[in-house]
Amino acid sequence: MSPHLILRVVSKLLIPMIVVFGFYVQFHGDFGPGGGFQAGVIIAVAVILYALIFGMEEARRAVPPAVVRYGAALGVLIYASVGVATLFMNGAGEPLNFLDYDALHPDQGHHTGQHYGILLVELGVLTTVASVMLAIFYAFAGRVPDIPDEEW
Amino acid sequence: MDHSDLTQYLDYALIAMLLAVGFAIVRLRNLFAVVMLTGVYSLLSAAWFVSLDAVDVAFTEAAVGAGISTVLMLGAMLLTARESEPAGAKRHWAALAVVVAAGAALFFAIPDMPVYGDPNSPANSYVGMDYMSSTPNEIAVPNVVTAVLASYRGYDTFGETVVIFTAALGVMLLLGFGTGRREDDDDAAAGKAKVKAGKAGKTEDKA
Repeated sequence: MSPHLILRVVSKLLIPMIVVFGFYVQFHGDFGPGGGFQAGVIIAVAVILYALIFGMEEARRAVPPAVVRYGAALGVLIYASVGVATLFMNGAGEPLNFLDYDALHPDQGHHTGQHYGILLVELGVLTTVASVMLAIFYAFAGRVPDIPDEEW
Repeated sequence: MDHSDLTQYLDYALIAMLLAVGFAIVRLRNLFAVVMLTGVYSLLSAAWFVSLDAVDVAFTEAAVGAGISTVLMLGAMLLTARESEPAGAKRHWAALAVVVAAGAALFFAIPDMPVYGDPNSPANSYVGMDYMSSTPNEIAVPNVVTAVLASYRGYDTFGETVVIFTAALGVMLLLGFGTGRREDDDDAAAGKAKVKAGKAGKTEDKA
């Protein structure tokens, strides 16, 4: 029987809530404090907590290092492609502006394009930040396979 | 006594706790306690930022400073000793002189600081007020911080995302991709077992 039974049960309950809170912070960033950066850190923390309690091997199986590696680049790509998309979506005669979100949606009255643009770039920030934090954690903690029992 | 007076005392209490934690970090030798106290320091600063109405900064400080850096420091601590070597009893007069000079310069600069919340302070009087007034008409999101961060200064935030990506790239190139070995990780588990077996073999050889 595992010596960290209480830790395991409690963190199993907590980790889904941490992730849901991360997504709340992500999608509520327009209305309250928060945004992609904070949400990315919170989601990375959920995986790190999993790694601390259940071991690096389990965490690597749940979120493989390859996913983390591609995720870090994917976030930057999402952000940049929103900018490139706005370049191409402007009507004829309008100025071409990188990351000009108003071009994303014709409804200028309610600034729907701005909402879409902010949502998409924050998604890019979330992907990159969460992946990068996990990549750094894997790089550090990957050198010690498991926390020895006498360290607890 | 009005509301602002009370928050003032809260600020004093938080700054006093920050000072106490700072001295404790300098004095303690147990690295685990030091790592935990740096987390406490970040959490106290986050509480202070909330009291200064900078909720977005407070949130970031709590998530990054108290959350992830503490965990990363713990991960780094596993690779090193648990106690720090006591510093030599030698007095570092040059360092003391630098600290005293920098501190004196900071105190000298205090009278030039704008009053807290001053609408005419340099931070508020140029584009700040423009953003505050035009965000409801141009971006239509309630949180002005998000509007500035993601829309008005979207290009800057793109640069920051690239900086974070570059940081990960640097760590990966220096420390490896976190797979425990250099090759691709499609058969990481099998490779791990081999590495472990190899290590065990080596230690047996030594014994």
